[in-house]
Amino acid sequence: MPDQVVYAMEVTLNGLMAGVLYALVALGFVLIYKASGIFNYAQGVMALFAAMTLVGIMDGQVPFSHLINALFGTEVHHFGWHLPGLLAILMTMAVMVALAWCVQQFVMRHLVGQEPIILFMATIGLAYFLEGLSDLMWGSEIKKLDVGLPQGINEALDSVTYDIFGYGFFIDNLDVVATIIAALLVIALVAFSQYTKEGRAMRAVADDHQAALSVGISLNFIWVMVWSVAGFVALVAGIMWGTKSGVQFSLSLIALKALPVLMLGGFTSIPGAIVGGLIIGVGEKLFDFMFGPMLGGATENWFAYVLALIFLVFRPQGLFGEKIIERV
Amino acid sequence: MFYREAGDFKTSYQQDNQTFPIRFDRYRYYVVLAVAFGVVPFLINDYWANAILVPFLIYAIAAIGLNILTGYCGQVSLGTGGFMAVGAYACYKLMTAFPEVSMFIHVILAGGITALVGVLFGLPSLRIKGFYLAVATLAAQFFLVWIFNRVPWFYNYSASGQISAPEREVFGILVTGPNAPSWAIYLFCLIFVTFAGILARNLTRGTVGRTWMAIRDMDIAAEIIGVNPLTAKLSAFAVSSFFVGISGALFFSVYLGAVEVGEAFGIQKSFLVLFMVIIGGLGSIFGSFAGAAFLVVLPVVLKVVGVDLMGWATDIVAHFQLVIVGALIIIFLILEPHGLAQLWRVAKEKLRLWPFPY
Repeated sequence: MPDQVVYAMEVTLNGLMAGVLYALVALGFVLIYKASGIFNYAQGVMALFAAMTLVGIMDGQVPFSHLINALFGTEVHHFGWHLPGLLAILMTMAVMVALAWCVQQFVMRHLVGQEPIILFMATIGLAYFLEGLSDLMWGSEIKKLDVGLPQGINEALDSVTYDIFGYGFFIDNLDVVATIIAALLVIALVAFSQYTKEGRAMRAVADDHQAALSVGISLNFIWVMVWSVAGFVALVAGIMWGTKSGVQFSLSLIALKALPVLMLGGFTSIPGAIVGGLIIGVGEKLFDFMFGPMLGGATENWFAYVLALIFLVFRPQGLFGEKIIERV
Repeated sequence: MFYREAGDFKTSYQQDNQTFPIRFDRYRYYVVLAVAFGVVPFLINDYWANAILVPFLIYAIAAIGLNILTGYCGQVSLGTGGFMAVGAYACYKLMTAFPEVSMFIHVILAGGITALVGVLFGLPSLRIKGFYLAVATLAAQFFLVWIFNRVPWFYNYSASGQISAPEREVFGILVTGPNAPSWAIYLFCLIFVTFAGILARNLTRGTVGRTWMAIRDMDIAAEIIGVNPLTAKLSAFAVSSFFVGISGALFFSVYLGAVEVGEAFGIQKSFLVLFMVIIGGLGSIFGSFAGAAFLVVLPVVLKVVGVDLMGWATDIVAHFQLVIVGALIIIFLILEPHGLAQLWRVAKEKLRLWPFPY
């Protein structure tokens, strides 16, 4: 087999793995959008916030230490403990639930019934707020996140592909783990929304707010729950990205990458988010592999958006989205 | 007492249709113009020009541009930074290619080029609406910034990849480059702002503006009553990009002087201008000015209070700024979705009746 084809296959595989990570972020968007019609721009920053909180708790950092030191002239930085990953993840989850409650209580509750674009802008404001808050709480330097996920080249895949093609593929173990976790997460989410009482209530709210309200479903509770679930998805995404490239501001920019994923897949569809993520992941890697050198490289910056733009012109609701019907 | 319509009789259609029908408003407008043109240039110093006045004027033009697109025509755009970059690079290429031509012409031409690019990226708006369009404009943002980074022709093959403004004169007075006096820079921007404000105001209350608003309020209904969505949307994109391009050209040539495209015209800039429009008030020219003033002054005030008065570290103040801007946007959206412009309107209503409650 010619080398180029084999390289392209490796690039495709890596693209699939990256796509899974995009899909993880996109999933959080879809959940909130379906349940409340809010397009949550802050999803990426929530991932950043979750990852930062996780690192902070694991290292026993004192929250707001810089601020406290500046205000009172003290010198507190660390509690002086190191927590195991699992415990810290649970504690971070508690923080994310608290955050979800605060968002619902102080922001979204007051904006019920506003136009979607106003809600969207409110979440942009929320994103700024969270970004500043996480920096204030934990400091803005780049942090290493290590919760014990395997990293480095996957030996098994390397040797298998070497036997077949005479060239070992470089696949990061972390990507493999991420794929497995993402698959589990999706199964868990589907099971949750199909088989539990709360999940069914969530789908009812997504279907029709007023009808759900009239059969006795508490909208407030469901929304807090949805934001919590989105927080959980953000936490998972934050752990994956944080382990891969360190916890830093650019983490929140993956949210922007998730937008074309969503548009491609359709805002309202969970399978859409996953398929869209995979298409974007593979597409941008392959495009950069084939045309990058010709165009001067770094085409990954814009490829996803332009692909989504062209795609939308032909199919405005995305691959799996509900057909947009407009009436006057 | 002093803000009254009573006794202010209109005897011709022209008077009836003027921009400021109330006498007090009209005088206020003339006084503001007179102070801005006649008093401020004599008092201005480098700090005030660079920290507050010039960025305010430049962002005001960008905010007017985005307000035309988002506030009047209802098409949300996240590509403002990209279009500002088009204006900046167009201005740079023109400045270096035709050194003897006046800067006025360069800046206006840069606006025109941006308008063409804006129409190109506005074409999908005929098919895509709402959020989808907002995300589609992100394509413009990232693609344009990328292309200015990667194609050496745009930055004249300079080694650093940056563009820096050469010294250019208007009527024999230096307006670009590090040696330009601050009053000249200020006046140069002020002329464009005045021109942009008058143009935008008159466009939005004329036929064009009404078709924009019809499209914004309900595009299908507008189409049925005979508004052509093609011309309405594309003209909004063109006019909006024209203003944004001018502001980008000014931002680069007279304000910063040297620009690295990813830093100066990144996605953050798009959001900043969008926030100005939201905080100022969607669909209001006054709101564009108010929003620009607010978001230009806020960081300066925070810095003065935080760093100079309290003695905190700059990074803590920068983080606080994010928190405060984010919180303010949320608070504004909750309390007053129509922004500062609405507060101003309410205040005027109260003033008209004052001292009576009704």
